[in-house]
Amino acid sequence: MELMVAATAEPRAAPSDVIHLSGVRFAWPGRMPFSLTVDEFAVSAGRRILLIGPSGSGKSTFLSLLCGIVAPQSGKIGILGTDVARLPASARDGFRAEHFGIIFQIFNLLPYGSVIDNVLLPLSFAPGRRRRAKSRGTAEDEAARLLGRLGIEASLTHGHSAANLSVGQQQRVAAARALIGSPELIVADEPTSALDRNTQGAFLDLLFAEVEAAGATLIMVSHDESLGPRFDEVLRLDEIAVSRRGMAS
Amino acid sequence: MIILRLALQSLRNRWLTALLTVIAIAVSIMLLLGVEKVRTGARQSFADTISGTDLIVGARSGSLQLLLYSVFRIGNATNNITWPSFQDIAARPEVAWIVPLSLGDSHRGFRVLGTTPDYFKHYRYRRAQGLTFRAGGPFSDLFDAVIGADVAATLGYKVGDPIVVSHGLGAVSFVAHDDKPFRVAGILEKTGTPVDRTVHVSLEAIEAIHVDWQSGARVPGQSVTAAEVREMDLKPKAITAALVGLKSRLATFRVQRAINEYAQEPLSAILPGSALQELWGLVGTAETALKAISAMVVATALLGMVTMILTTLNERRREMAILRSVGARPRTVLGLLTAEAGVLVVAGIALGVVLLYAALLLLQPYVDTVYGLHLPIDPPNRAELATLGAIAVAGCLAGLLPALRAYRLSLADGMTVRT
Repeated sequence: MELMVAATAEPRAAPSDVIHLSGVRFAWPGRMPFSLTVDEFAVSAGRRILLIGPSGSGKSTFLSLLCGIVAPQSGKIGILGTDVARLPASARDGFRAEHFGIIFQIFNLLPYGSVIDNVLLPLSFAPGRRRRAKSRGTAEDEAARLLGRLGIEASLTHGHSAANLSVGQQQRVAAARALIGSPELIVADEPTSALDRNTQGAFLDLLFAEVEAAGATLIMVSHDESLGPRFDEVLRLDEIAVSRRGMAS
Repeated sequence: MIILRLALQSLRNRWLTALLTVIAIAVSIMLLLGVEKVRTGARQSFADTISGTDLIVGARSGSLQLLLYSVFRIGNATNNITWPSFQDIAARPEVAWIVPLSLGDSHRGFRVLGTTPDYFKHYRYRRAQGLTFRAGGPFSDLFDAVIGADVAATLGYKVGDPIVVSHGLGAVSFVAHDDKPFRVAGILEKTGTPVDRTVHVSLEAIEAIHVDWQSGARVPGQSVTAAEVREMDLKPKAITAALVGLKSRLATFRVQRAINEYAQEPLSAILPGSALQELWGLVGTAETALKAISAMVVATALLGMVTMILTTLNERRREMAILRSVGARPRTVLGLLTAEAGVLVVAGIALGVVLLYAALLLLQPYVDTVYGLHLPIDPPNRAELATLGAIAVAGCLAGLLPALRAYRLSLADGMTVRT
């Protein structure tokens, strides 16, 4: 019965969709006159999606909504079958810790922490990911394995402050942090924009391989359309989300 | 646990400012506890000075004044007690012992006290401790003097040295009793009381050096030599005050009343303990002011800490965004910053206590000799521990201020740091 009701209420939701946003309306509370609307956005499992979003297109707001850092005023943000928009703030934080791996554009790491601690950090907030990371030994082993696969020498992982790494190394450590414990969704916000062409390609190769090995879904935002051919799908953010500056009336 | 380790590493990353903050808190804690130590030490010193004496008798005056000039050698007597009155009191059946005190002369800045050998027998300090001689003994000859430990140490006197008593109390006196020099007969052990800074002579000697004096000056043309004076009647005409010990403490108030109502002469009898209470009442305001000042210093140190954390907040917004992205709740961010303040305050308190005891160990002998103030080195008492606990709590509460700001920032920042 419940399944029937759900199916009739959301006719366009396919069972394999890991992300399904519909009718989302969001405005930053109070201070900034900026609002965002998403009528419909769905991603099915295991896909690699590139979102092209020029700056000012509401990219970070869109990602904040997707990851549950902010909640919309109305609408549904379905992630892995859960409507994140309806969860209370602390449950959204727990949900994000458990199911999302996030890579920023730059400054991904806590500069004073060691590489290994930076990678292990999400596990403190996500017991499920911790269990999965430990399935083949200790969490440290898993972190070391991921770092090795991403080309970080073992000599750098321990006692080495993350601030001493090159930008390319930092992005790979960030990727390892996002991937540890195999979250279902990897969200990357222009992870390659601080890298040069060659490093960009190498980084994406490693990231794709690991995302595929983990069976995760990748959402990457970039303004660089030349990366498009490497993805399953290229979408324009301004076609999905309508943003408006100035007071929403 | 990783999150705690990272918080500590973050602090270590800012070690210089963190260290300065901890030192500021430590110094303020040291000041706060130090003031308290000096305060209780001073009180104890005062309370320890007189012990075993039931009543102090002097000319009619305020009880505090009588206590200060008779025991602490602070200030001067306004009037004397006549010898017959003294003998009347001594003859009372309740009186176990009575020691006369005669003040008014000095030796190179140290007060000269005329008394009887009973003084060395009955004077008690620091819970019933008696006076003992380091060298020599009580006066046996008319011109014998017994000096306190500080007098001996400062002036370098040994037993047998001659000393000249000056009239009046100045350190440099122009009127000296140089025709009748004294000899050091004994040196007392250190007591930590005004006794250390006193030259004791017999009551008769005080009388002897003043036979040819009138109204504070030598009578011209009338000079009596030291040898002649020995032949004279040296029964004192008056004394400054007297310490009285009673056979039974129950009689204290009765004797006090009898002396206060003594018909032949206006006299005062005081209980040393209650006079001391009066003194505490008097200096209480100053003590409160001192305490308030040191509390303000602690508050200033805590404010400095809050400022330090607040100024680093902006550069740490990135750190907050990273923590949020991996699933940390805003509450975790709040807790981290509060914990940081807590760590700084507790480290400051610990360092402050260490500094205090180091300073006490280092300065105790110096303060004892120079100020006659014995500072006890005891483990922190319950009140001090409570104060330290309250400061730790206050520090954490102060840490909430930057923490709440970080909380709000991290809510507003979302995924990206807006600047």
